[in-house]
Amino acid sequence: MEGFFAWFQWLYDETGINLTYFYDSFDRARMIGGFFTTIWLSLVCLFFSSIIGIVGAWLQGSRLVWTRRIVQGYIQFFRNTPPLVQMYFFFFALGNLLPRVKSEFGFMEPMLGNFTWAAISLSFFAGAFNVEIFRSGIEAVPESTREAAESLGYNRLQSYLYVVLPLAFRVCLPALNNNLVNLVKTTTLAYAIAVPELLYVSNQIWSDSVNVPEMMTTLLILYVALVGLLVWAMHRWERAIRVPGYGT
Amino acid sequence: MTDTQTWTADQPIVRITDVHKSFGAVEVLKGVSLDVMKGDVICIIGPSGSGKSTLLRCINALVPINKGSIRVEGQEVHDPKLNKLELRKKVGMVFQQYNLFPHKTALQNVMMAPVTVLKQNKTEVEARAYALLKKVRLEGKEPSYPGELSGGQQQRVAIARSLAMNPDVMLFDEVTAALDPETVKEVLVTIRELAEEGMTCLLVTHEMGFARELADHMYFTDRGVIVEHGPPEDFFANPKDPRTKEFLGQIL
Ligand SMILES: Nc1ncnc2c1ncn2[C@@H]1O[C@H](COP(=O)(O)OP(=O)(O)O)[C@@H](O)[C@H]1O
Ligand SMILES: [Mg+2]
Repeated sequence: MEGFFAWFQWLYDETGINLTYFYDSFDRARMIGGFFTTIWLSLVCLFFSSIIGIVGAWLQGSRLVWTRRIVQGYIQFFRNTPPLVQMYFFFFALGNLLPRVKSEFGFMEPMLGNFTWAAISLSFFAGAFNVEIFRSGIEAVPESTREAAESLGYNRLQSYLYVVLPLAFRVCLPALNNNLVNLVKTTTLAYAIAVPELLYVSNQIWSDSVNVPEMMTTLLILYVALVGLLVWAMHRWERAIRVPGYGT
Repeated sequence: MTDTQTWTADQPIVRITDVHKSFGAVEVLKGVSLDVMKGDVICIIGPSGSGKSTLLRCINALVPINKGSIRVEGQEVHDPKLNKLELRKKVGMVFQQYNLFPHKTALQNVMMAPVTVLKQNKTEVEARAYALLKKVRLEGKEPSYPGELSGGQQQRVAIARSLAMNPDVMLFDEVTAALDPETVKEVLVTIRELAEEGMTCLLVTHEMGFARELADHMYFTDRGVIVEHGPPEDFFANPKDPRTKEFLGQIL
């Protein structure tokens, strides 16, 4: 392993290509930390934005007009404003409204940290699109199928969970795929509120070592790999739930 | 006429009294009354759009009524306090388009409601589901998805799925209308067996031969009213109303 790391030192000395995160253990730790922060942030947002999508689409089918309006308002708000502004709004505006709490070191600090705010704002951002995506899937489920479930004693929630949603999923997976890929890419916005994700730590590294082209290239390659992994996983899932004689 | 009145088997199991139903400004049922005794098979015929499906859908409260009363085993169906699940355990329904759950196998389609809705033991339900699929002659088709089955096979899965809830009354809404002529028979055989076992059946059908043979009572509906009804022998041999005559003339 040491030889491997030393090779990059040699590469730098010989060619000027400076991949500090290979031979410098401090940069390496930063890079690995950034990588896992990005993955963790993505997973948290994938999870919560999907939950928001599922619950929002359910609420959109509500009989109460005000419930539907609130969901619609939420969607419009998050679709029609820049995600960066949303994140600033959450972090600086809402974050300041929350009470401060005493940290374990005795300082007064904000109740929710920047990672949490990034996760919240990105989940709501992607969730707004997910609501629309799930709704389009739900609309593709024939009313008669829902009626059959109802005639078998399913209540509204059971029919949604066991019949409508599983069918809707199959219809809207391609659109969901797109949105989730976008979400992973959008996690870089957390840079703006100093969440130490990939872009942020890369910036730190290139500020110290002035190796901007190397770090930029590294970032692109890492995101290609991350998104590729997500797309691959979603396709596997799509295949796994494919049903003979239904959908495409 | 209290809600707690107890129903006994010598009273009609389904009692429909002066039911009115409108969709918006259009009155689809204009005062329909009809009684069904336990174990009876009644067949409803009539031109398309006359409100037959709507009537069946009112019986298991899939759509609310505007006026009148529908009682199943003495229980008012359109009581706002009605426990819908209790009603749906009593009344099974089979649709023209089968409406199976396409993402579940035949076996799962039959098992789903008892397991998820009635929370019955999965192993017991599974054994019952196998038996029901055997009863509708679909042995070996348990692992097939609806998309892999013919229309007639899907419809028999749908019948088994309804029976899995152990209903007292079965509603059949033109269940053979979407089928190829060859597969109509296999579905009719299944329904006949059910009827012969004493299941109370309300059938909307255009299979006149089948109705004549199986029905205890025939009803002819047109534009939201029951025009004529009677035992099948009379009904088919000498219909009284000109509309019945015309309809039977067209279809026979
Ligand atoms: N959900 C509904 N909304 C509005 N109109 C309906 C609805 N269901 C049925 N109808 C109308 O009610 C009438 C009777 O329909 P239906 O009960 O399906 O007749 P049938 O089964 O005898 O052909 C038709 O004119 C139909 O268009
Ligand atoms: Mg009909």
